[in-house]
Amino acid sequence: MIETSKLNAETIKKYLAEGKRFDGRQPDEFREISIETGVSKNAEGSARVKIGKTEVIVGIKMDAQTPYPDSMDKGNLMVNAELLPLSSSKFESGPPKFPSIELARIIDRGIRESKFIQLEKLCIKEGEKVWTVMIDIYSLNDDGNLLDAAGIAAIAALKTARIPKYDEEAERVLFGELTDKNIPLTKDVPISITLHKIGNHFLVDPTAEEEAISGTRLTIASSNGVIYSMQKGELAELDIEEFNKALDLIEKTEREIYKKLEKHFK
Amino acid sequence: MTKKSDFERPDGRAVNETRKITAKVGVIPNADGSAMFSFGETIAIAAVYGPRKMHPQHAQDPQKGVLRCEYNMISFSVNERIRPGMNRRSTEISKITEWALEPVLMLEKYPTAVVDVFINIIQANASTRCAGINAAALALAQAGIPMKSLVSSVSIGKLDKQLVVDVSKKEEDWEEGEGATDIPITMTPDGKITHIQLDGKISKEQLKEAVHLAREATKKIYEIQKDALRRSVGEQ
Repeated sequence: MIETSKLNAETIKKYLAEGKRFDGRQPDEFREISIETGVSKNAEGSARVKIGKTEVIVGIKMDAQTPYPDSMDKGNLMVNAELLPLSSSKFESGPPKFPSIELARIIDRGIRESKFIQLEKLCIKEGEKVWTVMIDIYSLNDDGNLLDAAGIAAIAALKTARIPKYDEEAERVLFGELTDKNIPLTKDVPISITLHKIGNHFLVDPTAEEEAISGTRLTIASSNGVIYSMQKGELAELDIEEFNKALDLIEKTEREIYKKLEKHFK
Repeated sequence: MTKKSDFERPDGRAVNETRKITAKVGVIPNADGSAMFSFGETIAIAAVYGPRKMHPQHAQDPQKGVLRCEYNMISFSVNERIRPGMNRRSTEISKITEWALEPVLMLEKYPTAVVDVFINIIQANASTRCAGINAAALALAQAGIPMKSLVSSVSIGKLDKQLVVDVSKKEEDWEEGEGATDIPITMTPDGKITHIQLDGKISKEQLKEAVHLAREATKKIYEIQKDALRRSVGEQ
């Protein structure tokens, strides 16, 4: 393990060429993941996830709203993310910039396309009132891989969230009063794994130093070999052979991470 | 393993057939480079201004020029009017477009400058970001921006279990069976991926096959793009 705190791109790449990382991990190894739920009591559900020193907090809020015209009998999903200035000197205060917009949209697609939330069971009164599930993601400390941390926290928060009471006569939600019903979810959990390419080497779960020199990243939300969403980001190209190898690595990692976190997702 | 070669697409196309493609270079006289690219009823125009001085100054890169793309759909390009202005989707697609194009640009010759690419979708019938990227590549070439090559973009779809090339709106909204999976991909002529996204539901094996189909389709699109550039030179 290297003592020095000033790791430059050359040192990181040198170690990778030997299949090593400066914190002793293998390229296909995640840092320690911890999940804590019910961390913010006024939310319908919440979770704090740490991956190494990276930390995010996700909360679920629900509200009864009019449905969208093309889904009159289904609930709605909204995902928002904020990269808080307190989580890194990289982030400035102000309206959301592209990185937070992208993070929210990537997590949204993984959950939406997998149909993890059974939106058809969130109808209160067809054509008039449905439940909207609002997932809000906040970074608390950015030491790389906020994407995967946010994905895990969103799932954990959804799993433990309870639906608030709804006053049918007054037609409003009784915030602060929860039923004992959970949000209806399917059993196939969409796990987001981001693979990075640094030079010619693939790795998962980068630290902030590794992420800063990443050439390109591929984020896939999948469950049991079924892929629901994918996003390639940043500038390095991938030839078809590399892409196929990336898919294999992500599938393997997803299975390992799911096994690790299974007990949290029951 | 593309099953069912007698699969019926809504517009009767073969599974690996794109819609009618038109590409024309030099459509906006004021721009340094411009082009129109269409897949059937999806029409994109792109205009390049630059290299030019980058504002704000703090966004300048002293090592090389910066590529800045802005994609947006015009309000009446779709059935239900889109409120004018950027939204989260167009912000994301703008960045995706930058990532799709920048790997083939050689901007070292223009430190502190910016190359602005503006893409507007005039009429939308799905695959708009792909049409936009194809138009932008042509516009950059016409503007004389030094490029290693063009890039070519296409959407691969999976309708229930069937892979198809160049997804139309009806196909994007496919509801039978497993519904629709949409995979926009951009590749260089020598088969490197500069952009890929996916939403829907697909196995790893079928995804690998989808990329193979994209390789074949982007080769054909590349020929059409080159042809459009040749014609524009001929017209001068």
